[in-house]
Amino acid sequence: MVDKLLEVKNLRVELQTKDGVVPVIDDLSFDLDYGESLSFVGESGCGKSMTALALMGLLPEKVGRIASGSIKFEGRQLANASSEDLRKIRGNEISMIFQEPMTSLNPVLSVGEQISEVLRLHQKMSVNSAWKRAEDLLDAVNIPDPKRRVHDYPFQMSGGQRQRVMIAMALACEPKILIADEPTTALDVTVQAQIFGLLKDLQTKTGTSIILITHDMGAVAQMARKMIVMYAGRPCEIGEVAQVIKTPQHPYTTGLISCVPHLDDAIIDANNRLSEIPGIVPSLREFGSNKCLFASRCKHQMEQCRAERPVLAQFSNKQAFACWKREIIDAG
Amino acid sequence: MKTFGLIVNRLVYAFVLLFAVLVLNFTLMHMAPGDVADTISQSMGGADEELLIEIRKDYGLDQPYYQQLVTYIGKVLRFDLGHSFFFNEPVSKLVLERVPATLLLVITAQILALLLGVVLGVYSARKPNGILSHFVTLFALFGYSAPVFWTGILLLIAFSLQIPLFPVAGMRDVTIEGNFWVHAIDVMKHMVLPVLTLASIFLALYSRLARATMIETLGTDFVRTARAKGLPERQVVYKHALRNSLSPVVTLAGLQFSAVVSGAVLVEAVFSWPGLGTLAFQSIIARDTPTILGILFFSALVVIIGNLLTDLALRFVDPRVGASK
Amino acid sequence: MMDRKTENSEYLEQASSPSAEAWEMFKRNHAAMAGLVILFVITIGSIFGPLIYPTDPFDMVWAPFSPPGEEGYLFGTDYLGRDLLAMVIHGARVSLVIGLSAAIVSIFIGVTIGALAGFYRGYIEEILMRVTEFFQVLPTLLFSMVIVALFGASLTMITIAIGIVSWTAVARITRSEFLRIRELEYVMASRASGVSNTKLMFGIILPNALPPIIVQSALMVGSAILFEAGLSFLGLTDPNVVSWGQIIGSNRQYILDASYTVTIPGIAIFVTVLAISLVGDGLNDALNPKLRAR
Repeated sequence: MVDKLLEVKNLRVELQTKDGVVPVIDDLSFDLDYGESLSFVGESGCGKSMTALALMGLLPEKVGRIASGSIKFEGRQLANASSEDLRKIRGNEISMIFQEPMTSLNPVLSVGEQISEVLRLHQKMSVNSAWKRAEDLLDAVNIPDPKRRVHDYPFQMSGGQRQRVMIAMALACEPKILIADEPTTALDVTVQAQIFGLLKDLQTKTGTSIILITHDMGAVAQMARKMIVMYAGRPCEIGEVAQVIKTPQHPYTTGLISCVPHLDDAIIDANNRLSEIPGIVPSLREFGSNKCLFASRCKHQMEQCRAERPVLAQFSNKQAFACWKREIIDAG
Repeated sequence: MKTFGLIVNRLVYAFVLLFAVLVLNFTLMHMAPGDVADTISQSMGGADEELLIEIRKDYGLDQPYYQQLVTYIGKVLRFDLGHSFFFNEPVSKLVLERVPATLLLVITAQILALLLGVVLGVYSARKPNGILSHFVTLFALFGYSAPVFWTGILLLIAFSLQIPLFPVAGMRDVTIEGNFWVHAIDVMKHMVLPVLTLASIFLALYSRLARATMIETLGTDFVRTARAKGLPERQVVYKHALRNSLSPVVTLAGLQFSAVVSGAVLVEAVFSWPGLGTLAFQSIIARDTPTILGILFFSALVVIIGNLLTDLALRFVDPRVGASK
Repeated sequence: MMDRKTENSEYLEQASSPSAEAWEMFKRNHAAMAGLVILFVITIGSIFGPLIYPTDPFDMVWAPFSPPGEEGYLFGTDYLGRDLLAMVIHGARVSLVIGLSAAIVSIFIGVTIGALAGFYRGYIEEILMRVTEFFQVLPTLLFSMVIVALFGASLTMITIAIGIVSWTAVARITRSEFLRIRELEYVMASRASGVSNTKLMFGIILPNALPPIIVQSALMVGSAILFEAGLSFLGLTDPNVVSWGQIIGSNRQYILDASYTVTIPGIAIFVTVLAISLVGDGLNDALNPKLRAR
């Protein structure tokens, strides 16, 4: 059997907080094929960024750990791999770009140095050829005049340009997976569109798989084929993007989609106002308890939701979701 | 080119500062009760009014204040700092003889404190609750709180009286003969205790700051990026984090130059180090005004040069410093 | 009804004044509390010590260099046969008084200059900051040595000499606080309602700028004590009083025979300044919780 590119099974990540151990990722399973794009969606604190850090082996030292489950990358187990093995994969076969382009680049090193050091490290390139390649990469991410700009420092660039540099850096070693954690949240709307366009372009050219982490349903619709909706550390709905947006099954997914105008006009209420999900996310203390964590905000809630955690079940249309009211929603 | 313009700019500013130092010092001397003539006559065992007038005329003390000031500054510009009647030598010669010893002490102590401070800071920042980290905190408290001359005397008692490892005083052993290296090693032996004493205060200061900024830097986004690139921990710490933590420490070191020179005065007194501090002490006791002025002038010069070097170092460490908007 | 009441009182407790909150935090800091207690003991000792232990520190009471404990002299005698314990007790007064008053002088100068620079901006700021830089360039100890030597080694002159060279840090901190606070909304509002500049500076901005200034002031007292010790170690001190630095300075030639004459007064300086540093650190943690990591 050929190994999947990435296969995550029953992943549980625990964080040490002052209130005790909290499962910030609680029973997450998914897989990712070569060239595929997958998106994690949810509000902040739902565990989507933790998933990225867990995949990268970058969970905060001594505070976070993978408690159980497996992460298989081309058949290699990453969940309990040595930090040295993980290090060799990071930035090389799996790389990542972050939310804050303004602070994610080192202010005292030139961008050329920051790009070329990855190449020297993982591809054992010489200083000269690495710098040459850094120029090409800047060109590839559409930074004008790369020959000159390669010597610039981050403070001499705009936010959008810095994120392009981050992308160039992440793609330097032609990784198999690129994880983009809210890559455009800190940027202007027009720049956002450019960055997504660039990512899509580069994906078709290089065949990289992309994991996009976002709270923005619009970005998901534009970028990904498959999506996982996360709530309070748990996956609540998994499926093909087009299908989930068209027929969301979990009440939380419905709520998220209705927050976005024009995605599905029907859900926007009569006054044409943007609706939002009432209530607040559960506190970390509630994470891991045996109930539906969304229940307090759900208009369909019932006795069972507060007594038992709903299981994630797959349906014939390949959409999977975790909700006790599935028949009722199905029917209505 | 930009750096060149900057250096010119800083040099001009340095001259203005030095000029101000001259004016202030001269004015203070002028305001003080008693003058050179009184001191000279005292050292001669008293003199009559006529002789006093003659001395005042000799030294130009009968002229109005501003004229004396102009004459003095004019002389300084020609590198003539006057004549010391106490040592009976030109002040510039006297001071210049002592400058190298003080510079040797000050610069070595500053560099040692910076290097060691940063190393200690980095090590303890990587394990904020480790033994070394607590040691740095404790040591920093000691460094702030112990009077430097007392630290010096304690080291003297321990390492040259109880355990005679190092010489008790001075900068060189005049009885030693040999080539350059023999003398160099001799000077180094004499340097160990004074340099350690002087460095201890600043080592405490720098290691504490280095530890704090390093802890902060290790939590930043770009350090996370560096880790996400798969860089080995060593490179993450020393290439990415350290360079960003250096500039606050270098800035602090620059601000400390005047304190280092002040500390050197006390350390020189403890170890009879033949530098500006000892000379200052002797000339203050003897009320040797021209020499005191010369010393203040030169020590301000040392501080200004130190600040200039800090400025350049900062530019080297952090490309954002002095970049045009 | 009951519920509401308890909720209210809880709210009141939480909303206690910032200084009370800071004190709560300070109390939890064991090192700082220890420092405060030590400081209290030293202060009480310096005030009442001479009454309880009336030996004159200038009297030759016993043979020179008798080691601590001999003939009932707890700290022994110095090179002139004077009672070291009496000297240390009397020295505490000078060190504390000069430390405190020199700190007050430098805080006064520093706050005034920093406040003016931060409030008025423009050329006033430019000039005052240049003056500050100028004083940073002066080698502080040498400069105050010259002042003391020229104008006489009275306690007042020593205090002024220390205060006049030590204010730059306070000025810089005050200025940056003023620059920050003057842009805040409530200051703008007061300005718009026609409050006079003096009232704005000292009635509105200064009270809000106090936390970092208080921390710096505490540390200032410690460094002024060290400064005085340095001057008197060099012999630049009032010959009619005893101070810790001066005991060390006058006995240091005899460390071979009697190292305790140097160690004991040194410990006195060290412990005092250490206690002040601990209190200063505690104040820093209590008043600037954001900066606790530093």
